[in-house]
Amino acid sequence: MLSVNIRKKLHNFDLDVNLEIQSQETLGLLGASGSGKSMTLKCIAGIEKPDEGYIELDGLVLFDSKKKYFLPPQKRRVGYLFQQYALFPTMTVEQNLLSAVLPGDKKRQRELVAQYIDSMKLHGLEGKKPDHLSGGQKQRVALSRILINKPQILLLDEPFSALDEYLKWQLQLELKNVFDEWNGTILMVSHNRDDVFYLCNAVSLMDHGKNEPTQKTTSLIHSPVTLAGAMLIGCQNISRIKWINQDKGIFYTMDWGFELHTEDNRDAYRYCGIFSDKVVPITEHQQNSRDDRNIRNVYSVNNIQIFDNFPRPVLVCSKDPNATGRALLSIQTDRDTLQAWLGTSERLIQIPQGSLLMLK
Amino acid sequence: MDWFPLWNSLRVAAISTVIIFLLGILFAWKIAKLPKVIKATIDVILTLPLVLPPTVVGYFLLKSLSPNSVLGGFLLETFEVRIIMQWYAAIFSSVIVAFPLMYRTARGAFESFDPDLRSAGQTLGLSNIKIFWIIVMPTCKQGIIAGTVLAFARALGEYGATSMVAGYTPKQTATISTTVYQLWRIGDDALALRWVLINLAISAVFLIIINTVEKRTKQTTVQQSQVFTNAIR
Repeated sequence: MLSVNIRKKLHNFDLDVNLEIQSQETLGLLGASGSGKSMTLKCIAGIEKPDEGYIELDGLVLFDSKKKYFLPPQKRRVGYLFQQYALFPTMTVEQNLLSAVLPGDKKRQRELVAQYIDSMKLHGLEGKKPDHLSGGQKQRVALSRILINKPQILLLDEPFSALDEYLKWQLQLELKNVFDEWNGTILMVSHNRDDVFYLCNAVSLMDHGKNEPTQKTTSLIHSPVTLAGAMLIGCQNISRIKWINQDKGIFYTMDWGFELHTEDNRDAYRYCGIFSDKVVPITEHQQNSRDDRNIRNVYSVNNIQIFDNFPRPVLVCSKDPNATGRALLSIQTDRDTLQAWLGTSERLIQIPQGSLLMLK
Repeated sequence: MDWFPLWNSLRVAAISTVIIFLLGILFAWKIAKLPKVIKATIDVILTLPLVLPPTVVGYFLLKSLSPNSVLGGFLLETFEVRIIMQWYAAIFSSVIVAFPLMYRTARGAFESFDPDLRSAGQTLGLSNIKIFWIIVMPTCKQGIIAGTVLAFARALGEYGATSMVAGYTPKQTATISTTVYQLWRIGDDALALRWVLINLAISAVFLIIINTVEKRTKQTTVQQSQVFTNAIR
């Protein structure tokens, strides 16, 4: 288990991180570039020193500012995968691996290196220098070099930042296999939600040096509870809200101009959001039965623009005919529904209660 | 022909280079890691001998090492060592004049060294000393070799400060450069020309070495652009 509670003054903001990672958990620290993620990783590894706080890994204290204790990186037993892999450029692949083997019998060391060359599919690359390797090969060498060092935890700094999409998913798959086999604690830092969704079972969002409490990745995807979370997982429609009657769950969306109803009224929410494919355009057929079924959260919209180049067409609209920017709602639908909807006399949309995300 | 000046020049330059090599690397490594303001200040002081006339360096050396000075007097009284006007006085002048060449080239190499490599070594459990010798030095090899060769060449050709602190005593302090001047002064043009040709030959050899080192450095840059092609592949 890794527990981190540190603060550090940086150029444009203060780092203030509170993290706990259970053994064998893969946690993703997700945030925009420059939000202090890499610095957090460096503090855990001992490459940087926090101003104050406490870091502990599996019962071993790594840093304690109260006792002025700082364990040097050499003794921390962390496996750090650098963004550009940081392979030693003057050494061959084999020498890179040998440099990381723990001290001991020379023959055993060579056997161990051979074993990793075998299991990480590095055959034929033993004598090559890092400059002559492809991105994927470099990653495999860097991972082997870390694993051969027998770390207590893996720290990964933006492992796919330098790659294009085509190469990326293959490396993600390889990394996933390594993760599964290694079966230890992992902390990964990324600005890309897909990387985290792919590889991590828990996630903590980070913004301007502060991180949010850890949550299960699946719960972040389906029901983000913060504004930053909703934005990071790609929620297109977000509005500020003002409670009209919190007990009854009635609130006003300041950006969209609708009065909406929710059953989730326990918390001091300040925003609400909805994915564009969750907003429902109401067609004529549904319109007729609307009053009987007493559906809530239905509103008339204007200012309609259609974007038809996508696999599923996107329609943009708003309550106010002259609205721009945040007041616009983006709606993804299928072509048949869109045709039917455009044929209706009054253009109505529904924001279903169950799909509404209430955000802090 | 008396070969003493050649031998003396080589001996002075070789010893100076060893000292410069160690001091240059030590200073360059320590200073590359300092905060900007302190770095700039120390940098000016250490580079000054490169732009000062060597006679000014000679003046300072005489002021601080002659038997009338505090340090020179102390050395003479305590150890009975006289520094000025001995062959090894030239070591002092050569070291000071040639040091900036080594220091600046090595510092440039250390500054372009990727700090992640050092961090990687640390997280893998390698001691800082080991990291310096097996990662930093090999990676910065080209810059360090270039600096060393430049410093040796400069030390070998040093005249101004050397002539002030070591003077010209045949078979004792004469170097190639002081010999050429002396022969010219007494009108032995033929012998002066010989030494000039020897000097030209030595300088040419060193320039060839420097160029070869530089060419190799360029090749590594080509290798680095190869990374790009590899990444796309």
